[in-house]
Order: sequence, then structure tokens, then C-alpha cells
Amino acid sequence: MSTFWSVWVIVLTLANLGLVTWVLFANRKVAVDDQDDPENRTTGHIYDGIEEYDNPLPKWWFLLFVLTLVFSAIYLVIYPGMGNFKGIGGWTSVGALKADQAKAQAEFKETFGQYVDMPIEKIAESREALKMGARIFANNCSVCHGADGGGNYGFPNLTDSDWLYGGTPEKILETLHNGRQGMMPAQGPIIGEDGVKNAAEYVLAMNGLEHDAAMAEQGKQVFGTVCMACHGVDGKGNMALGAPNLTDDIWLYGGSREEIQHTIRGGRSNHMPAQKDKLREDKIRLVAAYVYSLSRQEDVQQ
Amino acid sequence: MSTTVAEAGKLPDYDYNIVRQFTIMSVVWGIVGMGVGVLIAAQLAWPALNDLWQPFTHFGRLRPLHTNAVIFAFGGSVLFATSYYVVQRTCQTRLWGGWLIPFTFWGWQVVIVGAAITLPMGLTSAKEYAELEWPLDILIALVWVAYAIVFFGTIVKRRTSHIYVANWFFGAYIITIAALHIVNNLEVPVSAWKSYSLFAGTTDAMIQWWYGHNAVGFFLTAAFLGIMYYFVPKQAGRPVYSYQLSIVHFWALISIYVWAGGHHLHYSALPDWTQSLAMIMSVILLAPSWGGMINGIMTLSGAWHKLRTDPTLRFLVVSLSFYGMSTFEGPMMSIKTVNALSHNTDWTVGHVHSGALGWVAMISIGALYHLVPVLWNRKEMFSVKLINAHFWLATVGTVLYIAAMWVNGITQGLMWRAFNADGTLTYSFVESVIASHPGYIVRWLGGAFFLTGMFLMAYNVFRTITDAPREGEVRHDENLPVAKNV
Repeated sequence: MSTFWSVWVIVLTLANLGLVTWVLFANRKVAVDDQDDPENRTTGHIYDGIEEYDNPLPKWWFLLFVLTLVFSAIYLVIYPGMGNFKGIGGWTSVGALKADQAKAQAEFKETFGQYVDMPIEKIAESREALKMGARIFANNCSVCHGADGGGNYGFPNLTDSDWLYGGTPEKILETLHNGRQGMMPAQGPIIGEDGVKNAAEYVLAMNGLEHDAAMAEQGKQVFGTVCMACHGVDGKGNMALGAPNLTDDIWLYGGSREEIQHTIRGGRSNHMPAQKDKLREDKIRLVAAYVYSLSRQEDVQQ
Repeated sequence: MSTTVAEAGKLPDYDYNIVRQFTIMSVVWGIVGMGVGVLIAAQLAWPALNDLWQPFTHFGRLRPLHTNAVIFAFGGSVLFATSYYVVQRTCQTRLWGGWLIPFTFWGWQVVIVGAAITLPMGLTSAKEYAELEWPLDILIALVWVAYAIVFFGTIVKRRTSHIYVANWFFGAYIITIAALHIVNNLEVPVSAWKSYSLFAGTTDAMIQWWYGHNAVGFFLTAAFLGIMYYFVPKQAGRPVYSYQLSIVHFWALISIYVWAGGHHLHYSALPDWTQSLAMIMSVILLAPSWGGMINGIMTLSGAWHKLRTDPTLRFLVVSLSFYGMSTFEGPMMSIKTVNALSHNTDWTVGHVHSGALGWVAMISIGALYHLVPVLWNRKEMFSVKLINAHFWLATVGTVLYIAAMWVNGITQGLMWRAFNADGTLTYSFVESVIASHPGYIVRWLGGAFFLTGMFLMAYNVFRTITDAPREGEVRHDENLPVAKNV
């Protein structure tokens, strides 16, 4: 802030507070002194039958007013407020934030710090660590993936062993750090509406779902020329590209005939935001371990 | 002893037609605005209600419709009605301004209908309480300038030597709202129904909350104090408690209020000095705000017994109690340490509604119950019992609403800041939403109580106006000239 604007702020503030103080002190005494009629306590104004008493300001109210003015004067000496004057307390909001963060770092260095170098598999064995990971997951990931990690329409289920990009600790960390950009190109313009419908029947057939065999036969050819590039000849997907397995009856956008046609026709675009600038490394590792443990639960049960 | 009443004799031929029009629309828009409020309260408790008619009935589109309808349609109509009435009566002169007077009525109704159409369609400039797009903004500005000309023109040709305190408050509100509305809505149109603010970033946010808070400070506070200063002494039949207090709290209130908007942006990118000034000015506002409450309530000393028999007076006095409560709460919430807990929680919503329901709506309702018999030449309202029933519905509704939001707000604030021993957050956001659900139901119930009272009022007003005067019924006010078009 330039000196001019700083002076502007200071002058306006002081002028306003000064005038208010003056009005307060200048009106403490009863204004009308009716010599002819000492009993008359009104100002003599009458408006539409309404009169006004000339009572003095209530004392407690006057003191309350003065108290808030004194509080404000002291506050403006200690804290920033008067233009460029920083206040003698040296307080800034950025400084307060940094102090809080430093305090939290010192307090929780041990609980969090030990995970920075620990392998994910090892973190996942610690009940304490998994509880921490679960809380971090609940506050950062559950909005999309669900409170139980079970996923939602368009947001992958993290509790099964079916992975778009891979479920090894390294791959989970990679997903968390950098995010993912899922992209299935629209096929409608390329293979035409018949191609879309036939391909959908073939996808249904690969999952053992009810389908039209004749159309699926034609769809297999479409699949072989277009879809296999990403999803593989056998339709089992390609984790390097994030291309889903189309044979396991697990669906990100629904497995009904209409949904599958819609996906093929218009494509899909999906985005998992990168967390590396949002969460600290130790927190990312705790979440990674938690997600890793979620998918392992199923293995253990089986 | 001197008097400022004009020479006796012929009474002014007051223009009550415009007051009648705005009085009726106050009741109509009150029901509409509060009805939408009850609907969106239900949507927060039962989200499936968002889907009644998507996308028009989505909460995100109806919420600005609710705020605009209750503030500008209901509150605005009450203010037009009462200020036009009070300025005539206390200046002892007919309203001045010719065709500008009906223009303010019809112009304002067009703005309201325009809002009711464009907001559900999703046409918004995205500034809270200033969502209307630029064509409607221009119409508001025109109506407001006409309003100012009519009001101050009437003041100029008054037949009293002094200007009554109620008119100070009405005058301050008219001038300040003009400045706030025009500056905050400076925008660049890109099409018929889309524009972008002239300001950017933090400056835009500060301008918005300078506007937003003073929409509260002047539209919903100063102007309604103007209502208080006429209708409380009039209904109580007592002199105003202290002229000195009027002077001090008026000047302090209107000069300090304009600084306080920054407290909506505590702990944001707003510079530290701006936040500090906003906070201390908000704290200083406590005494000037309470000055109005004291002047109103102390006016009743010597007339307390009237509260037992007069539910209209009860509305006025209880509104002052809620005013005192929410103007204590406001400065407290603007203290940064308290704000760190209350910000973004339902506590803020509760605070707004203790002012909006308890103060603004209650004093409006009291003033309207005073006005209707005068305007339509009746001795009193059709049913005093219904006024009493309305009073209790409104009071219980407001208390339910505020209490639910206090509980919710403090619960949310505490849940969001709770840490486990290991340094992770104890609760996820959705857990605080689940914890808030009972409060949302109670809030909806409180709103439904309040709305029910408004329906009683509509019936009572309707019967008062349309029933033939009873045998031997005398006019409410002997000063009233015989109306021409009853």
C-alpha cells in the first residue's frame, strides 16, 4: 500500500472514530431546560402526536460505548489496522499460520515422520497407521470414492482387486502423487450407430451377460479393429493405459446395455486430481497404505 | 412550550393509495418469500426434494430466490409502505412526486417478478443478495432514484420545523442503498442476461461484502429502526424515551456500519489491516445498535400493561428484544477468535434469521397490523385473537429456528476442528452433515410455524379490508381525512 493510501486509511479511521466520540460526549447532558415548566421533560417536538423525552443517555450504555472505543484503540496499537502501521504486537495472519503449522509439525513429527521412509506394505501392517490413513482418506478421498472406499458412478471402487492402473504400492503412490486422466475416445463417429450397438453386444457377451449373439458376432469384428488397441485382443484391458478390463463384469459407468452403448458412442473423460501439492508426503503414504489394505481385505477373505 | 405541529385547521390530504398497494404486496411477498424459505429448508433436511422440477427447483437456484424475495420483495414493500406513510404523517404533508410515486410501485413489482423468473432459470451475477442481472439492476437503480426524489421532496415541503428521527433513518437508508447498489453492480454486460463484475479478486470480494453487510445494516436495520421510531411510540401512546440517545446512536450507527463488511472475509486473502478495522468497527457497533433497542423498549415505560391486551404492541416489543440479541451476537461473531469457530457454519444462518425473522419480520408485522385499520378506515383488525395466534406462531417459530442453528453451528465448528491424538482430523465433513440433520428438521419446523402465522395474517387482513364496517364502527384515527376510495 502506498503512503498516500496508508494516510487515507488512517485519517478516515481516526476522523470517523473521533467524530463518533465527540457526538457521544457532546450529547451527555439534557439539552432542553424549560424554565417555565420544570416538570416538562420533553423536547417540545410533536410529530403526528409523537413527543420525545429529553432523557440523558443511560449511564451503563454510555460506559459500554466508551469501553468498546477503548478496546478498539488498544487493538489498533497492537494489531495491524492503521494503514501500513504493523502494530506493536508484530502479528500477521501469515505468521500466525506458520506458527500453527510449526507447532503441529513439532507435535506430530513422531506420529507422522516415521512413515516417510517406511515401505507401504509395512505401513499397512500397522493398525495405528491404518487408522490415521482412514481418517485422512475420510477427509480427502471419500467425497468421490465413498466413505467406505466402495466407489460411486464414475469413481472407482477401491476395495476390490480390480485396478485401472495397477494396485501395487508403487502404482497407488503414482496415482496419488500425480493423479490420473482417464480418456476413452468417442467411437460413434468412427464405427457408426450399428457399430456401437454391435460392439455393445459383444462387450455384454464377454461378461457373460444376456446379449444378441448375431450382433455380438459382428461386434467382435468391430472390437478387433478399433477397441483392441487399448483394451487388448482378449478385452482384458491394459493397466499401462488405464484401459479397463471388459470381461470381469465390474463397471465404472454401469453395465446396462444403454450405459455401454453410451460409453462407446460418446467416450468418457475422467479425472483423478493429483494430491502431491495438497497432501504432505507422509500423509500420502498413509493413504496409500490404507487403500492398499482395502484391496487386500478381499484377497484375505477369499 | 413550543410546538412544531403546523397551524391547525385543514388536515393534509395524505396519499394512502400507494401505502395501501405496498401494504397488500408486503403480505403477498411475505408469504411467497417465506414459502420458498420453508421449501429450501426442507430440501436441506430431505435432499430428494431438490428434484421436484429440475433444474428449476434445485436449492442453488431457489436459495437466491428466497433471499431476494424476503429481503427486497417483502422487506422492500414494507419499507416503501411505512416510509411513505411515516414521512407524510410526521411532515404533515401529502406525498410529493406526481407520477414518480406509482412508478416506484410498479417498477418495484416488475423487478420482483423479473427476479422470480430469472433466478430459477439460473441467470445470476453470482453476488450474494445482488444476484439479479444487469437489466434488472438498472431498473432497481431507476426506481430507487425515483424513491429518493419522492421521499426527500416530501421532506422539503414538510409543514413541521424539524425532521422526525424516523425520517433520519429512512433518509440514510435510501441514500446509502443507492450508493451500495450502484457500486456493487458495476458490471460489464456480455449478453442480454450475462455480465461480469468490474472488480476482480479480493477487491471484488471486499466490494461485495461492503454491499452485503450494509444491505443488512441499512436496508434491514436502519430503515426498520425508522419503522420502530414511528410505530412503537404511536402504538404505545408514549413519548420516545430519549432524543439525545436518538442523535448519538443514529450518527454512530450510520457512520460505523459501512466499515464492518470485511468481517465476512476474516481469515481470507483480505489484507490483515482491513480485517482488523472491520472487526473493531463491528465491536463498536454494539452500543449504537443497542441505543435503538433501548429507545424503543424504554418508550414503553409507563405502558407495560398494554402488552397484556395488545398483541400488535407485543410484536413490536419482541422484535426489539430479538434485535438486541442479534446485535450482541453480530459483534461477538465478528471477533476473529469467535469467527474462527462460527465461520461457514449454520451459526451464521441462525444469526441472520434471528435478525430477519425476530427483528425485521416481527416489526414489519406489528407495523402492518397498525397500518391496515388506519388505511382502510376500520376501528381495528378483523380479529385480535388471530393477531395473538400469529404472535405466538412467529415467536415459537423464530426460537425453534435460532436454537436449531446454534446447536448445529457450534456442533459443526467443533467437529471440523477436532483432532485425534495422532494429529489427524477426528471427523470427516459428511459426519458433521449427519450430525446436523436433526437441526435441519427443527429449523424447517420453525420456518413452517412462521409461515403459518403469515397465512393467518393474510386472512385477517383480507377480512379487515373486505368486511363491511360494523355497526357504529368509528375510524381508527381521528386525524384521518375521509378517504376517497374505500
